Amino acid sequence: MEREQREFDDIPGTYVFDGQRNRQGYHLNMFCKSLDSEANREQFRTDPEAYLQKFPMTEEQRSAVLERDFLGMLDLGGNIYYTWKIAAFDRVSMQAAGAAMSGTGMTEQEFREMMINGGRPIKGNRYVGKED
Amino acid sequence: MAKIIAGIGTSHVPAIGAAVDNGKTREPYWQPLFDKFEPARHWIEEVKPDVCIIVYNDHAHAFDLSSIAAFSIGTCENFKSSDEGYGPRPIPDVEGDPRLAWHLVESLVMDDFDITIVNDMTVDHGLTVPLSIMYDQPDAWPCQVIPLAVNVVQYPQPKGTRCHALGKAIRKAVESYDRNIKVAIFGTGGLSHQLQGERAGVINEEFDEQFLDDLAANPDKVAQISHAEWLRETGSEGIEAVMWLIMRGALDDEVEEVYRFTHCPASNTNYGMTILQNNS
Repeated sequence: MEREQREFDDIPGTYVFDGQRNRQGYHLNMFCKSLDSEANREQFRTDPEAYLQKFPMTEEQRSAVLERDFLGMLDLGGNIYYTWKIAAFDRVSMQAAGAAMSGTGMTEQEFREMMINGGRPIKGNRYVGKED
Repeated sequence: MAKIIAGIGTSHVPAIGAAVDNGKTREPYWQPLFDKFEPARHWIEEVKPDVCIIVYNDHAHAFDLSSIAAFSIGTCENFKSSDEGYGPRPIPDVEGDPRLAWHLVESLVMDDFDITIVNDMTVDHGLTVPLSIMYDQPDAWPCQVIPLAVNVVQYPQPKGTRCHALGKAIRKAVESYDRNIKVAIFGTGGLSHQLQGERAGVINEEFDEQFLDDLAANPDKVAQISHAEWLRETGSEGIEAVMWLIMRGALDDEVEEVYRFTHCPASNTNYGMTILQNNS
């Protein structure tokens, strides 16, 4: 989906959940929300493809869910608090999800160490293609 | 008459709640943070608020995308802990104060803040982790609680100036309440953290320290921070700290900072706490 540019679109590696992303990802996010119920989790566990068919999502969104492509889901309108429900379903840690979304092949342990050493530095991470 | 005695600012990192619930607070990763909670726990035991108004955000547990309210007050008698995918937290139910909650609603609406009224809701880590931080693991929470949920997940979040003004209106509402009770107000969330995207894990300690300085001494400056600046400087989830302005608005112009610290990391977050006391 072509985005209308916003003033925060030049923040690197950040998918601000605005109205455009809400419209794009509404059904993906509401699928995630459905995993709050154990009965739904059981259906998703038993037959993930069939369960995903119940939600009017795009095929791309369904594939991103099945492949646990957390970065791809953000790009398709996912909101982190919703997609996080899939990580919780898989019993994946916040650090493992963070490492996966980094898109650099970083491991969970490397992400943990980065946090213990003070986190990802803000310097150099404020603007796309621009020093700060 | 009721009185607001103090404001407490605290991050509400879910892993802190999990550390309490799973007996991990003496582990090397957590002990330094939990040691720093001790002075805050002693302080609240001394001042003993009767009611805590907890300003927080729900993280897609009680609410979802079907309807998104900017400011909501929970008017329930009782609030159960949300199931965040691991079962509800093993904590006591949170007791509400519906009489005061309805008084707040009426007073705020008459003051031009159109509050959403919630009669049936659970409370997630955004509200329960601050309770665990301040009160540890009691058999029953020693105060009644009024949840004030703010939309900080869906852009556009309420502006800083609006949050600050809402705090001032809350103070007016509390001071016009006909019971002689002590009220504390919590601002929760933040400080810098980003859970999503290639920039996940970003921390900005310099911004956070300036935020804590200004929140105490110059809140009007904090209220002017734009959405883009919050998102850029503190991470996509760091914007939660705008909720601390509601707490700050409910206090005197001049406050005493009785306790403050930051600790990095708590999970993916630069944890921050401040206790601001009214001395008037």
